[in-house]
Amino acid sequence: MIKFIIKGIIRDKSKSLIPIAVISVGVMVTVMMSGFLKGVFSDVINQNAKLDTGHVKIMTKPYAENKEQLPNDLALLEIKELIDSLNVIYPDLTWTPRIKFGGIMDVPDALGNTKSQGPGMGLAISIQNKESGELQRLQLNKSLKKGRLPERSGEIVLSDDYAAKLNISPGEKITFFGTTMEGSMVFQSFEMTGTVKFGSPLMDKGTFIIDIIDAQNMLDMENGTGELLGYFKDNIYDDNKALIISENFNAKFKESKDEYAPVMVTLKDQNGLRESLDMGDAFSGIFVFIFILAMSLVLWNTGLIGGLRRYNEFGIRLALGESKSNLFKFLLIEASVIGSIGSIIGTSLGLIFCYYLQEVGIDISDDTANSTIIMPSVMRAYVTPNLFFIGFIPGLFSMLFGTALAGRGIYKRETARLFKELEV
Amino acid sequence: MKKKLIILLILIQLPYLLSSQQSDQEALNIIEKIDKNMFSKTQIVTSEMIVYGKRKKRVIRSKGYSMGKENNFTEYLSPEREKGTKMLKLDNRLWIYSPGTDRTIQLSGHLLRQSVMGSDLSYEDMMEERKLSELYDAKIVKDGNFNDSPVWIMDLISKVEGLAYHKRTLWIDKTKFVPLKENLYAKSGTLLKTTTFFNIKKIDTRWYPMKINYKDMLKDGKGTDFVIIDISFDTYIPKDYFSKNMLKK
Repeated sequence: MIKFIIKGIIRDKSKSLIPIAVISVGVMVTVMMSGFLKGVFSDVINQNAKLDTGHVKIMTKPYAENKEQLPNDLALLEIKELIDSLNVIYPDLTWTPRIKFGGIMDVPDALGNTKSQGPGMGLAISIQNKESGELQRLQLNKSLKKGRLPERSGEIVLSDDYAAKLNISPGEKITFFGTTMEGSMVFQSFEMTGTVKFGSPLMDKGTFIIDIIDAQNMLDMENGTGELLGYFKDNIYDDNKALIISENFNAKFKESKDEYAPVMVTLKDQNGLRESLDMGDAFSGIFVFIFILAMSLVLWNTGLIGGLRRYNEFGIRLALGESKSNLFKFLLIEASVIGSIGSIIGTSLGLIFCYYLQEVGIDISDDTANSTIIMPSVMRAYVTPNLFFIGFIPGLFSMLFGTALAGRGIYKRETARLFKELEV
Repeated sequence: MKKKLIILLILIQLPYLLSSQQSDQEALNIIEKIDKNMFSKTQIVTSEMIVYGKRKKRVIRSKGYSMGKENNFTEYLSPEREKGTKMLKLDNRLWIYSPGTDRTIQLSGHLLRQSVMGSDLSYEDMMEERKLSELYDAKIVKDGNFNDSPVWIMDLISKVEGLAYHKRTLWIDKTKFVPLKENLYAKSGTLLKTTTFFNIKKIDTRWYPMKINYKDMLKDGKGTDFVIIDISFDTYIPKDYFSKNMLKK
């Protein structure tokens, strides 16, 4: 029967061309948008996780309340002991300390006087401790634009834009001027070894990276850190798992009278990500629903026109004794085949566009130059396994739904009037 | 008839105009007397800045030399971390020398609004040493009492562009001509800082506050105390103190 239907579809293009074209376009847009939204949301999550939030983050309560001000005077202390206990309690996670701090970077001329200077945001990570995996996590090797990454104490790497602004090249000296955890004045000279591009306009504006040990010594934060980031060992963020871990951790310190008791927050509970991502997910769902509805209406209309055109065909088949339900079933199978063909074409086209957007992306760095949130400067789609079947849902469903609505007419035909109609 | 009406109006307005002029003159006289107390040709002061941090307090001792309103040289004496750090202010330029790195850094522009050593004072606050009478138009708002002392409450509005504080409200001791409290406002009207003056002592012929509390209203905490250990006015200071060479000495 399927073979017969396919032959019919191929031979009588008038009953399949428009539905296949409509479904192909619809499925292509659905696949492309799903891949693009997935890509953008994943990039936002990954970018935030690796640069700022971790999968979970531990801070002191007052630090968490004022974290926009980078209040290192409220930092976590005795972190070695804390990390040891976390490793035992939560073996699925790996922990790494990070210190964020602000200050002025000053580039000296040959006489040691100020050649250029500007405010910057420091990020201290475990560079020398290779086991921390921070270099891989932040993909600093891939992000390197000039020179090399720091290898020893006293070395620093700057964001490429910041280095250009300060007019400094790898190998030159640069002095950090700021305050310690307790507010003492601090001057520290570094050798600039290279520049990196983070791919986040917020960070590319004025960030520099040093080793965490250098920062702890410089800022009087020995065995302390502003933030302790936890990453799932499989590098995949699982919101449910993260919520359970954070609730479990926070319950232990709920009754604590220590003003500086630690508090754990999940990735999504930082930087307003939960609201943004949930809203994004909701919009994706609404988008797919509206699309299915719109396509169904178009296909209903196409089915109605096709039904009218095939009025005689259905009439003869009914007159020959074919049952109404069998005819309706036949129409639905035919719709499934047309829907499948359209979905295959649409999915293929959608995947091609997604792959293009994955490799090339859309550069939005100019629009996000003054952004205050961490987001990628290039928006990319991701080709994921679900894209291979996601288009079949609207493709098949809308065609079946449209045909089912149009096919209602079959049940309204009265056998008694059929021969009279066919005489005409 | 018209002429008579104009003359009548002038006669009605005259007492108000005269009293307002008199009041402005009185306000100017008051702030000139404050300037006389607070400013001198030269000043050598050993002081302690007490910064109340969230976890502990820090005491930073320094010795400052100033000549007129343009020149100021400060050397930090303790604690160990700050010892040997020097600051030089010439006109509106500021240099900071760090012995640890042997670097001299010049601060300018908005960087001067940064806090000094985590205190409630900015570099700009430290640099502003011009007389109030040169910078502000003063007006007596009302009489009152502050800490049992009779005071004038005065509003000072800037008459010069580019000041850190557009408006100041001062509580001025009527007998000593020294401010007891000061509120500092931005142009938008936001209260940025309050300064409270304590322990007013007579040194030679002038009254001077020996302890000042600066409170940044945009920060939490108790503010920063500035306690004078020793101060001398109009003492000879060699000109070398106000040159960049002094920073590395």
